[in-house]
Amino acid sequence: MMKRPIIKVRHSDVTPNGGSASRRKFLKLGGLALAGGSLLLYSCSEEELSQQEDILGRDANGGDAFNLGTGDLAILNYAYILEQLEAAFYTRVLEGSYWESADPVEKLYLEDLQAHEVIHREFFKTVLSATFSSEEVAPDLEFDFSTIDFSDRDSVLGTSIVLEDTGVSAYNGAGDLIENPAYLVAAGKIVSVEARHASALRSIYLPGFTEFAGDDIIDENGLDLVAEPKDVLDTVVSTGFIENELIYNNIPNG
Amino acid sequence: MDILNFLNEFTSHDLVEKSSSRRQMLGTFGSLGKKAALAAIPFGLATSKAKAATQTNEAISALQLALTLEYLEADFYIKALDSGVLPSGRPEAVYMQISKHETAHVNFLKAGLGDAAFDSPDFDFTAGGAFDPFNPNNDAAYAQLLVLAQAFEDTGVRAYKGQATNLMGTAFLQPALRIHSVEARHAAEVRRLRAAFLGDPLNENLLPWITLDNRGPGMPAVTQPVYDGEQNVVQAGLDLTTVTNFDAVSISQAYDEPISGEVAIQIASLFFDSCDKCPSF
Repeated sequence: MMKRPIIKVRHSDVTPNGGSASRRKFLKLGGLALAGGSLLLYSCSEEELSQQEDILGRDANGGDAFNLGTGDLAILNYAYILEQLEAAFYTRVLEGSYWESADPVEKLYLEDLQAHEVIHREFFKTVLSATFSSEEVAPDLEFDFSTIDFSDRDSVLGTSIVLEDTGVSAYNGAGDLIENPAYLVAAGKIVSVEARHASALRSIYLPGFTEFAGDDIIDENGLDLVAEPKDVLDTVVSTGFIENELIYNNIPNG
Repeated sequence: MDILNFLNEFTSHDLVEKSSSRRQMLGTFGSLGKKAALAAIPFGLATSKAKAATQTNEAISALQLALTLEYLEADFYIKALDSGVLPSGRPEAVYMQISKHETAHVNFLKAGLGDAAFDSPDFDFTAGGAFDPFNPNNDAAYAQLLVLAQAFEDTGVRAYKGQATNLMGTAFLQPALRIHSVEARHAAEVRRLRAAFLGDPLNENLLPWITLDNRGPGMPAVTQPVYDGEQNVVQAGLDLTTVTNFDAVSISQAYDEPISGEVAIQIASLFFDSCDKCPSF
């Protein structure tokens, strides 16, 4: 069985709002930098790499890997997978001790985010199931959040911010690749809510008054994050959060 | 100003023909910023010349609408920062950051539109006397700056969303989406500022996301068109109150709804001073 990735968190030099004066830890997912960013490393021994190659096409439990497919099917599966990840994460957050005793505003925001992401997940599941055959639709994924400390504000909010910013970058990058206008409209309705989430979490947690749309994520033309599906999926896979093996070599790219 | 005439002209494709030929427009798109150009899908890839021309006209109109709204926002934030009304600290810093982005959006869209761009209209942020937001002697000025910012940002999100399909197949879809999500980030933060100002951050109608079609406490009735339709719970033909275990409150929050160009201009036109310098459309 493939080992979990080892996530190394480097101490950063920033003090989040509302936190203690101690140095805080941040997660960085792929190319997405957070203020005072740190590293998320996927550590994988050569032995593990060869094992992965040996089981190509099979997931860690020996089951069939899921192939996202091509065209709009692949993009919808991609969105469904990201929404599953977010929904599963916030569902765990609401079961954790940090959330239980969190500041009332943080508590309410996270509760709302869990609801929104579950709604998004169920939306994509229903759309996909109504349009494609069952073997073409991503399964209910298994998640491993053992690298997250759900009793710790930094771990929960730091990860939340990375997930929301990743969602924004993913939808922004997928828009150009969608063929059916109805799916573009649906994605557009969702991405701005993900951006509201990202903004609110960054505003609550990161230091400074401008992090809601900080210079680390908005470029000189005033444009937000954008990322290709393959790059987002590579990064998400590297976190080890998703236990199923995903095949996405035919997903559209820009 | 004659809003109806303005709207009629805005929605007419003739305006595009008036200002530039298709060939000039294609040249216009060639003047995209370098980043956008890298991601460009050449118009030559469109399936037919007729379709390409239609697509181009729709895209130009969409971008002209975007430019109008960005002019409105950019001018508003510059005047807000100049007014001396904003409290120093977080409010001023937030407005400065947003102002920087809106001015960048204006410049980006002007560069992209090239010959199809136009100068900024004159704005009247009193909306004919309803507001007095830049007057330091007005005790309600800061509250009004928050009201206007929230209305502009939430409108911007809906307006860009409404133009997405008009930009499909063009080099401008991706940049427009990337502006769209920045407007959403702005909207969330302005809403948080307003919640802090009103001392009610747990109020369902003062959250960073929009609940039903509620404009929220302190937002005057004139801003209601910004929120009309946001209560929708049917997505892609699915009534999500039956597909999920959540109620209309959560479902409406989870989706932002688009508005048409006509509605966006109707909202913005509350703040047009005169159309002497309005775009040629």
